[in-house]
Amino acid sequence: MLRYAVRQLGYMALTLLGVSFAVFVLNEFAPGDVARKLLGAYATPEQVEHLTRELGLDRPVMVRYLDYLGHLLTGDLGQSLTFKVPVADILWDRLSNTFLLAGVAFAVIVPVAIVFGVAAGIREGSLRDHAITIGANFISSLPEFATGVFLASIFAVWLGWLPGTSPLSRGGNWSIAAQLVMPVLVIALYDVGYLIAMIRVSMIAVMRQPFIRTAVLKGARRRDVILKHALRNALITPFTAILLQVNYLVAGVVVVETVFAYPGFGRLMLQAAMSKDIALVEAGTLVAVLIAMTTQLVGDLAYMVLDPRIRVQA
Amino acid sequence: MAEPLLRCEGLTVDYGAGEGLQRAVEDLSFHIDRGEAFGLVGESGCGKSTVALAIMRYLGSGGSVSAGMIRFQGTDLASLTPSQLRRLRGAEIAMVYQDPLSSLNPVMTVGRQLMEVPLLHRTRDRRQARELALGALAEVELADPESMLGRYPHQLSGGQQQRVVIAMALIAEPSLLIMDEPTTGLDVTVEAAVLALVDRLRRRHGTAVLFISHNLGAVGRLCDRVGVLYAGRLVEEGPLRQVFDNPRHPYTRGLLACLPSVDRDRRSRRLVPIGGALSEASRLAVGCAFADRCRHAVDGLCTGQPILLEPVTDESGHSVRCVLSDRLPDFRWPAEDASPLTEGIAAEPVLTAIGLGKRYDLPRPAGGRSSITALQGVDLQLERGRTLAIVGESGSGKSTFARIVLGLTVATEGEVDFHGANIARLSIGRRSRDLRQRLQMIFQNPDSTLNPSHSVGYALERAVSRLHGVRRSGRRAAVARLLQLVQLPAALAERMPDELSGGQRQRVAIARALAAAPEIVVADEPVSALDVSVQAAVVNLLQDLQAEQALSLIFISHDIALVRYMADQVALFYRGHVVEAGPADAVFAPPYHPYTRMLLASVPDPFARSTAAGPREAGTVSSQEGGRGCPFAARCAWRVDGLCSEVDPPTLEPSDGHRIACHLGLQELPRDIAST
Amino acid sequence: MTDIADIAPLAPATPARGGRRLRLTRAGWVGVAIIAFWTSMALLAPVLPLPAPNASDLAALANPLPSAAHWLGVDLSGRDILSRIIWGSRTVLTVAPIAVAGATVMGALLGLLAGYYRGAFDSVLSRISDVILSFPVIILYMIILTRFGASALNIVLVITVTKAPIIYRLVRAMTLELAGREYVAAAQMRGEGAAYIMLVEILPNARGPILVDVCLRLGYTTIAIGVLGFLGIGLPPPTPDWGGMVRETYGMISLYPHMAIIPCVAISTLVIGFNLLAVGLRRRTRRG
Repeated sequence: MLRYAVRQLGYMALTLLGVSFAVFVLNEFAPGDVARKLLGAYATPEQVEHLTRELGLDRPVMVRYLDYLGHLLTGDLGQSLTFKVPVADILWDRLSNTFLLAGVAFAVIVPVAIVFGVAAGIREGSLRDHAITIGANFISSLPEFATGVFLASIFAVWLGWLPGTSPLSRGGNWSIAAQLVMPVLVIALYDVGYLIAMIRVSMIAVMRQPFIRTAVLKGARRRDVILKHALRNALITPFTAILLQVNYLVAGVVVVETVFAYPGFGRLMLQAAMSKDIALVEAGTLVAVLIAMTTQLVGDLAYMVLDPRIRVQA
Repeated sequence: MAEPLLRCEGLTVDYGAGEGLQRAVEDLSFHIDRGEAFGLVGESGCGKSTVALAIMRYLGSGGSVSAGMIRFQGTDLASLTPSQLRRLRGAEIAMVYQDPLSSLNPVMTVGRQLMEVPLLHRTRDRRQARELALGALAEVELADPESMLGRYPHQLSGGQQQRVVIAMALIAEPSLLIMDEPTTGLDVTVEAAVLALVDRLRRRHGTAVLFISHNLGAVGRLCDRVGVLYAGRLVEEGPLRQVFDNPRHPYTRGLLACLPSVDRDRRSRRLVPIGGALSEASRLAVGCAFADRCRHAVDGLCTGQPILLEPVTDESGHSVRCVLSDRLPDFRWPAEDASPLTEGIAAEPVLTAIGLGKRYDLPRPAGGRSSITALQGVDLQLERGRTLAIVGESGSGKSTFARIVLGLTVATEGEVDFHGANIARLSIGRRSRDLRQRLQMIFQNPDSTLNPSHSVGYALERAVSRLHGVRRSGRRAAVARLLQLVQLPAALAERMPDELSGGQRQRVAIARALAAAPEIVVADEPVSALDVSVQAAVVNLLQDLQAEQALSLIFISHDIALVRYMADQVALFYRGHVVEAGPADAVFAPPYHPYTRMLLASVPDPFARSTAAGPREAGTVSSQEGGRGCPFAARCAWRVDGLCSEVDPPTLEPSDGHRIACHLGLQELPRDIAST
Repeated sequence: MTDIADIAPLAPATPARGGRRLRLTRAGWVGVAIIAFWTSMALLAPVLPLPAPNASDLAALANPLPSAAHWLGVDLSGRDILSRIIWGSRTVLTVAPIAVAGATVMGALLGLLAGYYRGAFDSVLSRISDVILSFPVIILYMIILTRFGASALNIVLVITVTKAPIIYRLVRAMTLELAGREYVAAAQMRGEGAAYIMLVEILPNARGPILVDVCLRLGYTTIAIGVLGFLGIGLPPPTPDWGGMVRETYGMISLYPHMAIIPCVAISTLVIGFNLLAVGLRRRTRRG
């Protein structure tokens, strides 16, 4: 297993390299862009050219790329054009905010999904199953901005129970916790539907297996059959899917962050992309890909640990 | 008279309701006494598994007991509360199932699953449960019980898995053990060992057994009494020997008449299949359910009124559900020389394998490579118009051999000579159309042999046009002719495979293989997945076609009795090597290769007078992928230590064309099957 | 010599077997109805008596709420919301199906090839597919669309490339399983070419799951298009785009919530329609 992990880490490094190169080239291929942006829309061609040479932007792409890699490895992520601060500062700050949001959402989503998924799966075709399936289907059909708009209209505008925006400001009218409620709710509603469906399907497949019949006919209590025999088997496949949600929660929450003006990583990336803040875009992409690959690797390794059929050779 | 342990009275089980009603079991009554082994036999769809599930009260949604009652130790099982039922299951009544791997939880160790039973019913002490588990593993004769506790099911072989399931069932000392097709899917030698084990255990503990199977031989090995089910009804019941030696119901007779036996080849008798097929209508018929297929049936007498289970005159304990049973003639084997007309054709070799070998190099998931030798040093010859049977268990390489001959894979060494050309390394893509046309195959599984999205007609047309180049106008006629050849109505061409029965699908597969008028047909377990009565029909068809078309047939099977019936030449494969080969008469007569002897001793024969002692097996030593020495050395009871596992065995020739690969001298080879 | 064996009376042929008609649950039909509704809206848009979707009625800004003149009210620029909704359906129902079709064709073909041939081809493709699937898609959208501009073509391309791996995985898994079936070996023995085997022998048996997945993809793609519009990297204004409509108006939900709520409802119903159809198909095409 160790050899597998090492090999995967190697792949990861290779992929990161490839991605960083792709993003770099995508953004910095035309040297004039950077200088023009720094100088603004009214710069003359001579000014642009002058700055280009000064910043060393007229060197060949590969040279610039290696230079950039060198900076990366020493921890220098460059300077953000839009925020006028080192990229590292703004990046980690926003990232930690997103982790907070994602973390709370995750802590809500997983238990709820397991409970409802299992409840639906152990009695396939029952009224309970149909209700849960339709419900899960319904909520995963609503885009996050739609849910955001609906919830905000009800709870912020009409009832006034929760704040309409969540800029994470302290000392205002609303506590941090209150500011987190609606964003977390929106994320949870969207994501949990998908997970419930996955867990339900897995549970149904497991409950149909002959070894469940064996357990029942041994005289085991129904509760034990579900918790001890079925669950462990049923959660193997969804486990990877659950981990991949982490992946989604890091950048995919940009919609929620936009609706509620939450100072998170996704919104940062969007702003950076739109304003062509190259250093920020590049650094952010690398971080996102790194997180994505790490969760995938953890998922693969966990899968090996969870399923003895893979862990132990026959 | 003592109250029987289990009494089933007038049991009727239905699935669904109203329009979709399906009656699985009708008015079933039987009993099992303490310590007695009762067999329930029948083909697929007869309802025998339903009986087992009904006793365990595990019919699932949709299934319900519409009438009758099941009494266990005098108590009506339907009257039990859920917690009473739970206490009964596993402790008083235990069950063993058909597919042991999927009956065990793949993520739990064997030990934990075993210990669960006493922890539920007997004790709260984990140490005590562990001791009991170790004891149970030792009792089912599994080596090294300590380490077995920590293993996972997928690490065990099929035979070992089934032993674990049996251990799990017996660990709480139940009074009744229900076994539902427990040895189906296991190798013949493993099956024999498991049956012998169950026999020993049940006598030792006085456990009653309900043994459910379609395999009459296996039932005959184990049971004291037997009941025959057809379309959900019990048609005959009685002491085993009486029912098998003197069957009084036409269905029972039909079943026995279509079973091949190791003692009889086709010269002495012909397999007689049971015509027609089980239809849904017959299940609900008021009269005899078998009437539409019975050659003795009398309208009005056998139909229209309920027929009861009556005792047979002059035989106590033997009952039959047939109004004509007294008038039936004595049961005799239909003695008819079934040897095909090909005996007139001169025997000349059409296909010769010389030193054929196949090795796979597989990458291991954790890195590195492992090498598997599927075939080694295979020398075989197929003669024109004759049947060469290849016998072997799983992992013997018989399917690999077939695939090489057909080009679905290529050999790594040796050659296969066909009309002067070596085709061993010629994959199917590189073969000429002419070559492809001459070599065709019939596969094992009727469910996947035909593409479910294509109609029968399309599949046959495709074969006809691709292999024979028949023009569009002639294809329809060609398809009709093919269907007629396999005795199927021409209208079947419009149907989709899922509308056909297993036997019909296999016939279409035969028609497809014959579409090109091939020279050689390779049939890989063509009837293994079919009911016994249908097997006979398909086998007869194959033989007739062979005679008509002068086909040379390679018939691969694990069913030795069937091979005895069909083959002119036999070759026995073990782990990729040919251990014995030659004319069928010579191979099935002494002297035997130790493996041949083991196989023959393992076959449960319903007609055997004496209970075969079962194979004598030395403690299985794990054998390496060495490639040296005799492949059978690890399991051989005649093994010579130091010689057999080190040096390749020489080839002995007891008679003309008969080869045995063994270190024992001609005089030392086993000659006797019956004694231990 | 031959026996009359095993000729069972043929059961009456089940009707309409040839075409394998589509059978759905009731929920599935509801989904079809919803989709049909929006499709007809999209098709009829040019002929319906609607105000032009981009025409500003400044007078109506005084009271943007739904009225007799504007059944769903007007947005912040005075444009008729009903008209924009109906014209917006054209956008969605053009881009989404094309993108999904592209993804399906690409994913299915590559999946067939990978599952049938295996080997290096399979490993490389699967690795690429894994990378794409694990990549945070939103970031990809952001980067590509800001760099190359957000035209309908770019959006279709980006969505195709990001959705194709899912279908690739599905078809590959099914091909791996089906390629081992005996009827495939029988076809090989007839000398059928690889293309025939993949397209005629294997693909028809994967029909069911692929169909279900296509419906699900349509739903997710609709959401994706909405999200792109909402974030401002969708089709540029003034093209009526449901997501874009929400973007322009959600800041006003304290005053005029209807401006944002209506497009949200529109997009939600369409996605629900696709999902219901997927569920309805799944229950009917599940083969044992």
